[in-house]
Amino acid sequence: MTHKSLLTADARIKKRNAAEARFKAYGLGAIIIAMLALSLLLTSVVSTGSSAFKQTYATVSVPLTEAKLDKSGTRDLAVMKKVTTIGYTSLLRDGMVAAVEELGLDTTLSAKDIGGMLSKEAAATVRNRVLANPDIVGTSVMFKLLTNGRIDGYFKGRVTMESAALDGNTSPEELQLAQELADAGVIATTFNWAFLTAPDASDQRPEAAGLGVAILGSLYMMIIVLVLALPIGVAASIYLEEFAPKNRWTDVIEVNISNLAAVPSIVYGILGLAIFINFMEFNQSSPMVGGLVLTLMTLPTIIISTRASLKSVPPSIRDAALGVGASKMQSVFHHVLPLAAPGILTGTIIGLAQALGETAPLLLIGMVAFVREYPAAYTADAGLFGEASTALPVQVFNWTQRADPGFVERASGAIITLLIFLLIMNAIAIFLRRKFERRW
Amino acid sequence: MKDTPMTNAKISAKGVDVHYADTHAIKDVNVEIADKTVTAFIGPSGCGKSTFLRCINRMNDTIDSCRVTGDIRIDGEDIYDAKVDPVQLRAKVGMVFQKPNPFPKSIYDNVAYGPKIHGLARNKAELDEIVEKSLRKAALWNEAKDRLLSPGTGLSGGQQQRLCIARAIATAPEVLLMDEPCSALDPIATAQVEELIDELQKSFCVVIVTHSMQQAARVSQKTAFFHLGSLVEYDDTDKIFTNPEDPRTESYISGRIG
Ligand SMILES: Nc1ncnc2c1ncn2[C@@H]1O[C@H](COP(=O)(O)OP(=O)(O)OP(=O)(O)O)[C@@H](O)[C@H]1O
Ligand SMILES: [Mg+2]
Repeated sequence: MTHKSLLTADARIKKRNAAEARFKAYGLGAIIIAMLALSLLLTSVVSTGSSAFKQTYATVSVPLTEAKLDKSGTRDLAVMKKVTTIGYTSLLRDGMVAAVEELGLDTTLSAKDIGGMLSKEAAATVRNRVLANPDIVGTSVMFKLLTNGRIDGYFKGRVTMESAALDGNTSPEELQLAQELADAGVIATTFNWAFLTAPDASDQRPEAAGLGVAILGSLYMMIIVLVLALPIGVAASIYLEEFAPKNRWTDVIEVNISNLAAVPSIVYGILGLAIFINFMEFNQSSPMVGGLVLTLMTLPTIIISTRASLKSVPPSIRDAALGVGASKMQSVFHHVLPLAAPGILTGTIIGLAQALGETAPLLLIGMVAFVREYPAAYTADAGLFGEASTALPVQVFNWTQRADPGFVERASGAIITLLIFLLIMNAIAIFLRRKFERRW
Repeated sequence: MKDTPMTNAKISAKGVDVHYADTHAIKDVNVEIADKTVTAFIGPSGCGKSTFLRCINRMNDTIDSCRVTGDIRIDGEDIYDAKVDPVQLRAKVGMVFQKPNPFPKSIYDNVAYGPKIHGLARNKAELDEIVEKSLRKAALWNEAKDRLLSPGTGLSGGQQQRLCIARAIATAPEVLLMDEPCSALDPIATAQVEELIDELQKSFCVVIVTHSMQQAARVSQKTAFFHLGSLVEYDDTDKIFTNPEDPRTESYISGRIG
């Protein structure tokens, strides 16, 4: 018999090793491609969107002339409310012009153009402050006011002297003056909290648009989804997995649940429109309807993942519990459910994350409306979560539809916000899983 | 079916058949198992010992494809009667499984679970006592007393099995079914469990499935030999091992089939 050396690999072994090496290379390649795509996506979103978290403000002293704001001199709010933002615009213009003159800056711009460097939103800001505190009328007050979108864009690098020359809404002289004001400290770019708290703004005022209403709407809907989908989904799964007889009917139900998970989300929107709005007459655009639709959409996901985690609990544990005389219910709630909990939680949070990012069904139930009022969680008129609202992904969709380039930045900023929320939710899922698993 | 006359049989089975979908796992088994004795079930792998054992505490109910027919009585009561709650039955008939299956909880909680759900302890002190007594009986106390709160799944295989025994006896059952309880134990632990079985026999009815002839001979007074789903021979252990009537029994115990 010939003696084979262990030091030289034979042909079969070589072939096997080569196949293994090839397989590993494919796997690595796939992962590298995925990582590249992901980093490309993130870089593009972050590079266009991160500037949404900064905002350019002008800090100017505005003369709140009594003759303009309160002719009667009574500080009667009903009278003062008759002065619209147009009445305030001239005061802002005076304030800006005074600031320019005080610094001795040379400019060919008209007073109207200098006043126009502020956002159209600025007049509303000042008006709200005055109406909130009428006593400041007659004095000059320092305000931190939004500049217009072009100037904001200039400081963020989106608008240049060349593009301004071609732009009807601004001019190189305006940018020149803005630069000089910035050098003097009147104009500055700071962190933009308002982006997270302010409501949406009209088409001409991207600089004022914020996510406040959308975040609130999404939050309300997530509460509804969590409160409804988690208990219903888990209860349904436990019943199907542990108690229901295994027969043709449960097979039919099982197939249907899997199918529901694959139904395009827009179909749930149509369903929601028909049932919740037309038939049950909930308010259109309300987080209640949105939440119910998203609940329907999330249920199959939660049921499928819960059933999978119940299935993965070894049957010997059930035997052990039944063997010492536990009832079926005790064996499920004392032993099976705690072991399945990490999986259930992960599934639920993934379902929630999916619901958070869902757009199509919300468009159908009218959540795409322009909403400037923060929706209250409860009002006697509209009921629980009944006031009109938008949602984060819909806001993204909405902003990408608008013409002003300032909204591109806003939309990307909203995407970043959405991604951060999703990241937080996934981190919570991982944390909970670790925490529960570490026990044993 | 006419009532069994009251003998000292704790468990009596008449014409029991078990089917798993297409498999006919138990074929017309008749057996009377006496109280305060140890009865051993022996036979080649797959002959239906575990299946029959699981009929006695109705664990087969949990297997959808499993159909049990015939008559099984404990203390003269038909345990498959519609009025019988399997949960109540299983509190009376404890079971130790073939593979150790402790709960993924602490050693203490493993043993305390049964007494807790059956309300056997009025307070923590009583529960502590039950846990200690059960662990001592299962020959696990010395190894476990310093780590009662660490997970039961962290024990070695043999220790886990003894934990399962402790868990089963903690509910104070009248009948204890043991499915190869020693298959994962070393000789010392096996000897301890056998001692425990001797001890339990004084007050309980013990049924043990085993692949070890020596074990059957050592611990049991009665032995039942199963082959291909039928009960071939059932008699005093001494008789089975010295003078079996059926040639199949003889060839099995002398190692020719199995
Ligand atoms: N859950 C089940 N579903 C279907 N068939 C089963 C099931 N459990 C056991 N069987 C079948 O029933 C027969 C008897 O099995 P059983 O487990 O009772 O044998 P056993 O005597 O305990 O064997 P071992 O000594 O190997 O444990 C075997 O043919 C087996 O394939
Ligand atoms: Mg077996």
